[in-house]
Amino acid sequence: MPEPLLALVPRLRDICGGDGVITDTARRRTYESDGLTYHAALPGVVVLPTTTEQVAAVVRLCADHGVPFVPRGAGTGLSAGALPRTDGVLIVTSRMRRILEIDIENERAVVEPGVANLDITKAAAPRGYYYAPDPSSQQVCSVGGNIAENSGGAHCLKYGFTVNHVLGLVVVTPQGEIVRLGGKAADAPGYDLIGTFVGSEGTLGIATEITVRLLRSPQKVRTMLAAFETMDAGGAAVSAIIGAGVLPAAIEMMDALSIEAAESAVACGYPPGAGAVLIVELDGPAADVDAQFDAVTALCRASGAFEIRTASDAAERARIWKGRKSAFAAVGRISPAYIVQDGVVPRTALPEVLRRIAELSARSGIRVANVFHAGDGNLHPLVLFDDTEPGAGERAAQVSGAILDLCIEHGGSITGEHGVGVDKACQMPRMFGPDDLQTMDLLRSAFDPDGIANPEKLLPTPRLCGERPGVRKGEHPLVAEGAAELF
Amino acid sequence: MSTEGDSREQGEHARAGNDPVMADLGVGGSAVRAAAPGDAVAGIAPRYVATPPDLRAASSLLAAAARHGLATVPRGHGSTVGWGRPPRRCDLVVDTTLLTTIEHTAGDLIVQVGAGTPMADLDAALAGAGQRLSVDPVVPGSTVGGVVATGLCGPRRMLHGTVRDLIIGMTTVRADGAIVSSGGRVVKNVAGYDLGKLHTGALGTLGLIASVTFRLHPLPPALRVISAATGDAATAAAWRASVLRSTTAPAAVELDWSAEGPLSLHVLLEGAEGGIEARAAEVAGLLGAADTAAELPPDWGMLPGAPDDTLLKIAVAPGRVTETAASLRTAAEAVGIPVSIRGSAGAGVLYAALPAAADAGTAADTVTGLRHSITEGALTVLRAAPGVLEQGLDLWGEVPGLPLMRAIKDRFDPDRILSPGRFAGGI
Ligand SMILES: Cc1cc2nc3c(=O)[nH]c(=O)nc-3n(C[C@H](O)[C@H](O)[C@H](O)COP(=O)(O)OP(=O)(O)OC[C@H]3O[C@@H](n4cnc5c(N)ncnc54)[C@H](O)[C@@H]3O)c2cc1C
Repeated sequence: MPEPLLALVPRLRDICGGDGVITDTARRRTYESDGLTYHAALPGVVVLPTTTEQVAAVVRLCADHGVPFVPRGAGTGLSAGALPRTDGVLIVTSRMRRILEIDIENERAVVEPGVANLDITKAAAPRGYYYAPDPSSQQVCSVGGNIAENSGGAHCLKYGFTVNHVLGLVVVTPQGEIVRLGGKAADAPGYDLIGTFVGSEGTLGIATEITVRLLRSPQKVRTMLAAFETMDAGGAAVSAIIGAGVLPAAIEMMDALSIEAAESAVACGYPPGAGAVLIVELDGPAADVDAQFDAVTALCRASGAFEIRTASDAAERARIWKGRKSAFAAVGRISPAYIVQDGVVPRTALPEVLRRIAELSARSGIRVANVFHAGDGNLHPLVLFDDTEPGAGERAAQVSGAILDLCIEHGGSITGEHGVGVDKACQMPRMFGPDDLQTMDLLRSAFDPDGIANPEKLLPTPRLCGERPGVRKGEHPLVAEGAAELF
Repeated sequence: MSTEGDSREQGEHARAGNDPVMADLGVGGSAVRAAAPGDAVAGIAPRYVATPPDLRAASSLLAAAARHGLATVPRGHGSTVGWGRPPRRCDLVVDTTLLTTIEHTAGDLIVQVGAGTPMADLDAALAGAGQRLSVDPVVPGSTVGGVVATGLCGPRRMLHGTVRDLIIGMTTVRADGAIVSSGGRVVKNVAGYDLGKLHTGALGTLGLIASVTFRLHPLPPALRVISAATGDAATAAAWRASVLRSTTAPAAVELDWSAEGPLSLHVLLEGAEGGIEARAAEVAGLLGAADTAAELPPDWGMLPGAPDDTLLKIAVAPGRVTETAASLRTAAEAVGIPVSIRGSAGAGVLYAALPAAADAGTAADTVTGLRHSITEGALTVLRAAPGVLEQGLDLWGEVPGLPLMRAIKDRFDPDRILSPGRFAGGI
């Protein structure tokens, strides 16, 4: 352990208690990466605080000694946002797991940051309410991590992302101050610091108490699975549904390769011969849902669906979702290793981008399985490779990078839900110009003047990305793209 | 910063029709003129009014203004330009009304729109494609930039969220003229800090909003408004609770309590033609004797009161909303002030108007008293009637996180030239 940290350990023990500080190397090693395991670093020291005051005291100690800190929730992040610092303190929220209040009268839940996302819904469900943001990792990922990543899920097409559901935060700032922003009432006065904090990837402080909105459970949920011969036909159905003014709770799409993977892993029994399947879920008042369901069925048929299955109860719905939900893990069945990409394209560009991905795959001989949130154009291509084959990893990374290029080329985003973290920090200049990034850095320094909160994440730095971190010179991207000529 | 010598010089040049500052402001292509009396912002008369024709011109305009140390206030149609505190200084008004491009990508359900575009024009353009921005205008005639800078929104916020929830990208001009974009043109995007959130409701103190990209919704095929009135706030509270507990999925539950009338609750349902009657019948059943209409009531979502009334925004834990409205009525009536209240009973955010004619001292005391009675939430004075500010009324009350807000302002606008003093804590 680096010398300056060693000196802090007794103070950290005073704050968090003996069992709240981990210095043992083997135990520290369990925290060396998050869900993106190819980035790893041994944390200098790990603390497991149990209260806001403890978090604040730890952060203040870090601030006083100029020691960097990294917040960590459940460690399921997929952009190495929780990658530890060898010279720093990893602050883990796993012992802050209390649901403080389920307040049905005000439709709010108040929780500590280490609470698992799904546990809010579990606590509210008996009263007929739920928490809407539903990342696929919801059984384990923490609400604090969701705040940091502005996580979404299959149902964010209709219900929005984490940021749309947070009303209050207690934040420990990078200088160790405790600030209570908002609460059960909406529209906290002043600048929207809550909206700014959500999605800030642990770089603006640590959320230690969170107030979220609960939604009334819908009267009816209907789910269908439509099978198409080709991805193009499936894509056409998506466009037709959106074009008809229907806003489903979710529209998910899988291609032949991901269907094959899911089939071999969980025997989901999707229609044989399908080149694409679409899962469409509608929810709301029963009469509305039934009317829209008929419309969606007709649109799928008109777009060439050769089989449509509908779930009539929760068990059947779970069966339809099973293949989709297991897709990520399932590709392990058909490939020794894979990279998950997370990019976004405007929904109308989906058919074109999917064709280009297929070409890329054909040209490189690297298989790409597509499972994605079709309603909002959020792609999650799984780039498959054999990690025992020399150079295969690099080639897969190239394909994965080229997919991101396609997203940018089509006016999309380098990340729809997994965040920038370390993984994509050097890609930021491809979406944003120097003035954009510099302004983001101004915001960061307003919260963290000493640069100790999750450093080297989210924004490109020379150390991370080279002297000139690929910063675009010359024209502002908006100008280059023609958007700045708008007025 | 301009010195006294400078401004004397400028005065002479202006008379000679050769004001170098004015010329400099116009270099990027903005039309610049000397301000007229009608250009005053909350009583503070600017020297110049400049109208940039496009983003680049806006950028050079702000850069020039910064070089000359001019305090700058953006203005759309001016419908809310007097909100907040009067600016400490105002040398230049930036008129956004030429920034009116609408780029609507219907297939993606998004629109990128210039800040000076009237909301009504945007609505009309979107309606042509069967879509809408799900923000009810609350001030007639407002521009997109005005709505975003004030962060104001109406009844449908309950289902669709507030203005900021619908913003997916924004381009602004910083105090030094730098063009800054964040977000993008796709609905799902978590790359970088979401600077648009910061500008929403910031009253132009962090930058000039040049264009905004919104996510849109399809126009609902059918709507119904179920309305009921009562003289008793407890009854309204029970109605509200029963509608929220139902699964009828209202788009809005709006409270409307004019100074003269009883308390009305309007429940807005939107959705498929086939399902709407059954939902409306269920809601009507919950409200007792209720009227059902297929159109929005007149003045739907508009702010209560007259344009120079003192206007309050009161956000509370939503379950307390009718109780809060009632205690405001009681407190105001006790001192003889007729108060009109409107707002989202669903979201727990109310607007209230105290007439400009009311005694300023009494009005200020009523506001302060009410603020102290709110245990969870905030009371903000959006606009103070003439004389009320002079009573020493604090428009914002306690604002948690103010030091962070100041730190942001210090970095975005170190010389404090953007709408200085309009915002909370003198920002
Ligand atoms: C199988 C799988 C499926 C997934 N599916 C989805 C999905 O559908 N949608 C989606 O959006 N994401 C998904 N993810 C990504 C991930 O689960 C989310 O990003 C999640 O929000 C991370 O939560 P966590 O608690 O694991 O955070 P961590 O990984 O521990 O941390 C993530 C980031 O948050 C910061 N952080 C953690 N806690 C706090 C806090 N209290 N205050 C401030 N900063 C904090 C960390 O510093 C880090 O930058 C998936 C991941 C996996 C492995």
